[in-house]
Amino acid sequence: MTRPMRTMPTAPPKPRPADENLAAALGPEVLRSWLRDMLLIREFEVRTMQAYQNRQIGGFCHVYIGQEAVAVGCTAAVNRNDPIVTAYRDHGHALARGLEPRFAMAEMFGRIGGCAKGKGGSMHFFDVPNHMYGGHGIVGAQTPLGTGLAFATKYEDEVINGGSSSRVTLCFLGDGALNQGAFHEALNLASVLDIPVIFVVENNGYSMGTSITRGTSMGHDITTKAIGYGMESAVIEGMDVMDVYNGMKPMVDACRAASRPAFVEIRTYRFKGHSMSDPRKYRTKDEEAKFEAEDPIDKLADYMMSEHGLSEDEYKSLTKSVRTEVREAVKWAEQSPPPDLDELYTDVYVERWGPYLGTSPPPMMQERSERRP
Amino acid sequence: MTRTIEFRDALREAMSEEMRRDQRVFLMGEEVAEYNGAYKVSRGMLDEFGPRRVIDTPISESGFAGLGIGAAMMGLRPIIEFMSWSFSLVAADPILNNAPKMLYMSGGQVGCPIVYRGNDGAGGQLGSTHSWCVEALYSNVPGVKIAIPHTPYDAKGLLKTAIRDEDPVFFLESERLLSVTGEVPEEEYTVPFGQAKIVRPGKDCTVVSFGRPVYFCLDAAEELAKEGIDCEVIDGRTIRPLDIDTIVASVKNTNYCVVVDQSWSFASPGSEIAAQVHQHCFDDLDNYVGRVHSDDVPAPYAQNLEQEMLPNARKITEAVRAVTYNA
Ligand SMILES: Cc1ncc(C[n+]2csc(CCOP(=O)(O)OP(=O)(O)O)c2C)c(N)n1
Ligand SMILES: [Mg+2]
Repeated sequence: MTRPMRTMPTAPPKPRPADENLAAALGPEVLRSWLRDMLLIREFEVRTMQAYQNRQIGGFCHVYIGQEAVAVGCTAAVNRNDPIVTAYRDHGHALARGLEPRFAMAEMFGRIGGCAKGKGGSMHFFDVPNHMYGGHGIVGAQTPLGTGLAFATKYEDEVINGGSSSRVTLCFLGDGALNQGAFHEALNLASVLDIPVIFVVENNGYSMGTSITRGTSMGHDITTKAIGYGMESAVIEGMDVMDVYNGMKPMVDACRAASRPAFVEIRTYRFKGHSMSDPRKYRTKDEEAKFEAEDPIDKLADYMMSEHGLSEDEYKSLTKSVRTEVREAVKWAEQSPPPDLDELYTDVYVERWGPYLGTSPPPMMQERSERRP
Repeated sequence: MTRTIEFRDALREAMSEEMRRDQRVFLMGEEVAEYNGAYKVSRGMLDEFGPRRVIDTPISESGFAGLGIGAAMMGLRPIIEFMSWSFSLVAADPILNNAPKMLYMSGGQVGCPIVYRGNDGAGGQLGSTHSWCVEALYSNVPGVKIAIPHTPYDAKGLLKTAIRDEDPVFFLESERLLSVTGEVPEEEYTVPFGQAKIVRPGKDCTVVSFGRPVYFCLDAAEELAKEGIDCEVIDGRTIRPLDIDTIVASVKNTNYCVVVDQSWSFASPGSEIAAQVHQHCFDDLDNYVGRVHSDDVPAPYAQNLEQEMLPNARKITEAVRAVTYNA
């Protein structure tokens, strides 16, 4: 049996009337910070790949190159105290939320300075002070968790504090997670219990080597999944951070106001392989080239140059500052010592008993200095 | 002041008292609210606490077991009821991969103070899918605590401790015990984890068990007393943490030990306790540590087969006679 191949993300972004271009209205300072965030994620991932080749990073490692606009645009569309949770391709989300690159790099190096003291690794970044609740390695597992985070924010606001629900949770997932049972249970629960969580599908067209057409029914329009669960949905072009913001912001506002779940499909592409060992035989060079031409960083840089007079020099100094920051992060991570062997027995239980040594927060908690105001 | 109440009432009192004490505590599960609980454990709780805190779910164990974890990560104290622990198997990923590992994988940033509770063990001719004893499966996992009461008193005291605990607790009840009555104080009390209880002192053989089989051990002890064998019966009360000290102290007195555990024998609490007793009491033991488990077969439906498969007083008396050279 053959099915028509799905054309990959696709239609040029719908032009918006100026007054609906919410992103543009935020002004050049905000857009410049988005540009820097995307550059930071890109540079971080480039150095991650190098470090992986150098065997400084072990295990499975999935980079976010190509998808930067999604994490940056989505986190910009919510408040700082709105929780987020994601899968194992989590570097971009954590950095966009404000995790300093040195803590992220040290985590992958398996050092005590890492955000989880080197106990989580690439797939399990946590930054609770920045309301980033992981990094989850099992495909789809984060969807019930995200639903629970949102359940709790609403419970706290309404049941404990007697006010009204004020927070929205973003629960990111890959297109592959659409086929996990947990995902469907989570959507149904979110809908019947009126939970303010947005399921943000980063549809990069593939789960490892399986294209969405091969693995997912109705893969050409996954918002059909949301219909069955009675929730609002939207399709957002993910290769332009302004599109992401413009699509997400109204959704977030509506979800917050109604205190209801929603579903968005963000069409994106990962420029690199699924993980560090992927020859990418399942897709064509032409397809890759087509998306590389849609690079979200170039897009915003071009926009900034034409609309806000960003000069080549300014852009260069931006990339340079990011490069320095990541280089220093690598250096810092290299100097952070491996965890003490006692760490084997800490954080298993909060309570001390038997061989278990209780729990202690990562040194990052004391060390961190806010990167952004 | 004490009164005599049912096991299920003891469970409900524990939950209700903790919910009155702490607004962060809520109860969620299938049929817990409007139906008053599939086994009437939560009877009346919806009326008292309302639908925001006593929450009916669809039949989505993976979904609501995971939802509870997200809520616990945000600081709430969920009590998640499984109609039966047999149905927790479809929620294996959240309960084993997320709840007990969150604290570790986040490097101490965020833990998971959650209670999963429900019926464990054979309910009575339910066949293999519905008769799981999960203690062997789940006690293998670091990061979980497992409590398994056999009296209403312990049920209430241990459940209150479980709800206040900062770590994930698997609370194993037995459908067959829900109507058992026992004395429970009117005053506030808790039962700490990791403290076994000597439920029948004796000098000839230590018999260690958990949950419902403790009753079979007591029956066996009565029988054996007639033969002049005086058993010391210990209820472990929690499997993780395990109070090995109380067990070891007893074995050092009696020099004989039988472990009675309703899960299957291979890689079970019974095998673990036997190994630890052998290690700590090597010079005190006058024989190997005897073990009584469910037979190593799927749980059958037929009444006679099920009776034969589960630990029972006959199997326990035989095991005690064998290890004490009275066979
Ligand atoms: C339950 C489960 N099955 C299989 C895997 C192995 N695995 C890791 S990532 C992945 C593909 C997921 O693809 P997708 O959800 O589209 O996310 P993407 O990698 O594109 O970001 C697979 C099969 C896993 N981690 N968890
Ligand atoms: Mg994908």
